[in-house]
Amino acid sequence: MVKSSEAHRAVEAIWRIESSKIIAALARRVRDIGLAEELAQDALVAALERWPEQGIPDNPGAWLLVVAKRRFIDLIRHKALHQHKEPELTREIEGQLQDAAPVETDAALDEPVADDLLRLMFVACHPVLSTEARVALTLRLLGGLTTEEIARAFLVAEPTVAQRIVRAKRTLAEARVSFEVPRGSELAGRLASVLEVIYLIFNEGYAATAGDRWLRPELCDEALRLGRILATLAPAEPEVHGLIALMEFQASRAWARVNADGEPILLADQNRSLWDRVLIRRGFVALARIEALGQSYGPYALQAAIAACHARASTATETDWQRIAALYDALAQLAPSPVVELNRAVALAMAFGPAAGLEAVDGLAAEPALKHYHLLPSVRGDLLAKLGRFEEARPEFARAAALTRNERERKMLLERARR
Amino acid sequence: MRFMIIVKATQASEAGVLPPERVIAELAAYRDQLVRAGVLLDAAGLQPSAKGWRIRCAGTKRTVIDGPFANTRELIAGYILIQAQSKAEALEWSRRFPNPVFDGQDGEIEVRQLVEWETFGFGAATESWRKLWVEMG
Repeated sequence: MVKSSEAHRAVEAIWRIESSKIIAALARRVRDIGLAEELAQDALVAALERWPEQGIPDNPGAWLLVVAKRRFIDLIRHKALHQHKEPELTREIEGQLQDAAPVETDAALDEPVADDLLRLMFVACHPVLSTEARVALTLRLLGGLTTEEIARAFLVAEPTVAQRIVRAKRTLAEARVSFEVPRGSELAGRLASVLEVIYLIFNEGYAATAGDRWLRPELCDEALRLGRILATLAPAEPEVHGLIALMEFQASRAWARVNADGEPILLADQNRSLWDRVLIRRGFVALARIEALGQSYGPYALQAAIAACHARASTATETDWQRIAALYDALAQLAPSPVVELNRAVALAMAFGPAAGLEAVDGLAAEPALKHYHLLPSVRGDLLAKLGRFEEARPEFARAAALTRNERERKMLLERARR
Repeated sequence: MRFMIIVKATQASEAGVLPPERVIAELAAYRDQLVRAGVLLDAAGLQPSAKGWRIRCAGTKRTVIDGPFANTRELIAGYILIQAQSKAEALEWSRRFPNPVFDGQDGEIEVRQLVEWETFGFGAATESWRKLWVEMG
């Protein structure tokens, strides 16, 4: 019994490592990611049946791919038989699948698959899909996560996730989405969608918008993993490295930004010796890749460069706030948004005093996009408190507390409102 | 969670002999697999213990002992730091590690999980570890 559960865990681990490559390789042939995933799942079921008894094959990825391809041949034969289709078609497809020999090596599975994986990422993040569907499909097809794991990570019911995935596959099939890497003018927009999905997964883990935990590290890890994979598939895209740098820097602070009770600790108050040096170094390396490409910083890279300013400062007081304010200026020009303006206001306050920051914040008061954004009153309260205007600060914190969806943050804000 | 794949030293690694082309190629291919799977965090090879030293601590007294050191099998020659979702995933990656030994002896790879905050979860244990860490830092 113990042995069999061990074997099951091993199969699951192999699935996690190999599934995206298998689905990608199949999708290229069958031109339907829904069918590709079903075939791969069939192979997984076969592995779960056979490996506990027969042992794990030397090249489990190739084994799974071969079994999945055979399932496809069976499916075609079955269809041909029932629809009285010409046998030539069957033969033709079998001919295409000749390379399904079980002698494929790891390299043979890896090499041509790199492009397929990139295609799979683009399809999973296709703009015809809703954001939730893109996230679920990406975690499922590229992360190798089960529906149950995705549901748990996003605190939604499993059937909801299952439905999202089924609908997403149907939408893709109906839209006849091509299994190609977009070219030319289309590429930038499609790549932005992929980056957005990865960063969304990261943020869901890093600043959980719902629930009573402030951090879900498994989602951060998954986003980092997906980002690092993408960097190997599209190494010439500067924003890919920008996003990775941003996530590495942010993740480096993960364990310094909550206390023993799981309550948030603000950046300025964090114990910087708890920041993860391995991840910080990786962040700087990713930024250096953009420089090596001779490219200018896009929005993700600019945010990463801001995070790098914090990483460079061994104490909060050593932070180069003028540089951060300048980087926010650049970001506001490249990707203008009220949230960026709010951050710029904070940087201005740090560089030139709370009054300068407050002036910028007050300019945002009428911004409709920030009407329900808890950080606007939170920042305003903070700046007022710094100016000694506590009477005005308190209602701002209370307002922020009423707006946040995170229990931990609400508690912290209410405490400041009482001070 | 993170795991360190520790490659044990051999007579050859201790003698500073570089592995033959074939072994280097296998190690590079393995490293490449880890990169492409998005799991590699850090990796390095270590110079022979002849170039290293040990510090023996006895109370407040410190004694420097220069390498090389005996018991080659207890020494390490390099490490790879990976991020995995589960122990089973780390086990699978370590199982794929190419045999680093080329001088006819048996090779050995040891895998250890890193201590992380999530090992303890939030609470008293985390806080005491955190305090210890802060004091050390």
